[in-house]
Amino acid sequence: MTWDWQVFCKDTIDGEVRAGCFGSGGDITYLDWMLSAWGWTLSVAVLALVVALVVGSLMGIFRTTPSKALVALGNAWTELFRNIPLLVQVFLWYHVLPALIPPLKSVPSFILVVFALGFFTSARIAEQVKAGIQSLPKGQRYAGLAMGFTLPQTYRYVLLPMAFRIVIPPLTSESMNIIKNSSVAFAVSIAELTMFAMQAQEETSRGIEVYLAVTGLYFASAFVVNRIALFIEHRVAVPGMVGSK
Amino acid sequence: MKKTLLVLAMAVAAGVAHADTLKKIKDSGAVTMGVRESSGALSYTLGDGKYVGYHVEICQKVLADVQKSLGLAKLDIKYQPVTSQNRIPLVQNGTVDIECGSTTNNAARQKDVAFAVTTFVEEVRIAVKANSGITGIGQLNGKSVATTTGTTSVQTLRKHERATGVDFKEVFGKDHADSFLLLESGRADAFVMDGAILAGNIAKAKNPAEFKLVGEVLSVEPIAIMIRKDDPAFKKAVDDSIKAMMKSGEIAKLWSKWFEQPIPPANTKVGMPANDNTKAAWANPNDKPMEDYAKK
Repeated sequence: MTWDWQVFCKDTIDGEVRAGCFGSGGDITYLDWMLSAWGWTLSVAVLALVVALVVGSLMGIFRTTPSKALVALGNAWTELFRNIPLLVQVFLWYHVLPALIPPLKSVPSFILVVFALGFFTSARIAEQVKAGIQSLPKGQRYAGLAMGFTLPQTYRYVLLPMAFRIVIPPLTSESMNIIKNSSVAFAVSIAELTMFAMQAQEETSRGIEVYLAVTGLYFASAFVVNRIALFIEHRVAVPGMVGSK
Repeated sequence: MKKTLLVLAMAVAAGVAHADTLKKIKDSGAVTMGVRESSGALSYTLGDGKYVGYHVEICQKVLADVQKSLGLAKLDIKYQPVTSQNRIPLVQNGTVDIECGSTTNNAARQKDVAFAVTTFVEEVRIAVKANSGITGIGQLNGKSVATTTGTTSVQTLRKHERATGVDFKEVFGKDHADSFLLLESGRADAFVMDGAILAGNIAKAKNPAEFKLVGEVLSVEPIAIMIRKDDPAFKKAVDDSIKAMMKSGEIAKLWSKWFEQPIPPANTKVGMPANDNTKAAWANPNDKPMEDYAKK
């Protein structure tokens, strides 16, 4: 087994090695392509994470409210998106929904996959947010209401500040998962890292180098998310509160 | 313990350095054939561990000749399914002795493995809906073109886009069935892929008359049986056996059996006569890589 890392400096059209490894004047090397693919992976993951955090928190909160309708909505949402495999959901968004609702055909697949991945992860985040809120003593809620807060105010000023601090560690895992799960986007024609790996290894026959580089990028991305989350966790820690050191 | 490991490592290293497949077959009385789960009529499974197809049958005949020349009373053929991703490493490390799938012979791969004489020359074509009015690649300007991730067609398309200045939007299916669905559902206006795969997908479509192959041949790729590199004795045995089939006309009969007659499991026809490039390869057996075809 000999290594050939020059493969990343090759042009994607004529296969010649380019000086400096970056193409110029419209030429694209495999390194250029991989970095652009990394950009797509991060874009899908970050946007999907925003969708997942917003929708997931909302559904998680709904499931702890006294309203039966909201609880039912939150439960239905969670079970629907949690019980269908991610790849199948992506296919439903891409092939099935546009067949039922024709205007969806003109929506770029990038948007569709952001929602597919975001909603899938939102079900998992809803479960964690709900668990965080339920882990608080019931007295907290009653105390808030007894102080004259409305229900939304009780959530905003009493329950959520503590619940979110408690669920930072599982949310970190979800944020790292979403980077890795974004690889399903290759199935709907997003030029992200997994698609780059499959295509570049076929074109260059240097599969081991290509997959090692892509593995490194996935690892680095997930690790950076991990460090950021750890920083936030320490930054917002309140001494003496549940879950803090 | 350390010494045994060292000896073992040296034995492994020596085994790789002096690949002698004929000796390995003779000593073990067994050979491993690499096959594909679904590579059109070239190599596919009927389920239950059974593998058939044009290349599988050629390999079975080649191995029968090898058995005869080695004087083995019995040769046990093991079938190992491979994928596009793992076929080359598996041939290199000795798991698979002869790969009978749908592997393109190109210069990059010749650095890692060897190929027998070309048994089929594939042509990359365009499939469109019959009522689309598209007749060639020039008309695809501004249109969506589907192809499958992890195939050489993606690169072919990219080269054509650059060379002709035609600007189209590429959409990538994750497998051939997915790409065909893109064409069928109207998300893509054309599907660019190997002719045999297009013909196979059209034959299996709900309404085959809705689709047709149009336009020029975008690229030609020699498809060959793959073996280990630096094993001239085994390559000669395989080549000689295939050349004999080409000379006797047996290979044309095999082609007709798999590509023009009804084939299992559904008894449908692919309906694809051998193209001129393939016939030329049968007439003048060679193991030229894809790059030599492009020069013409």
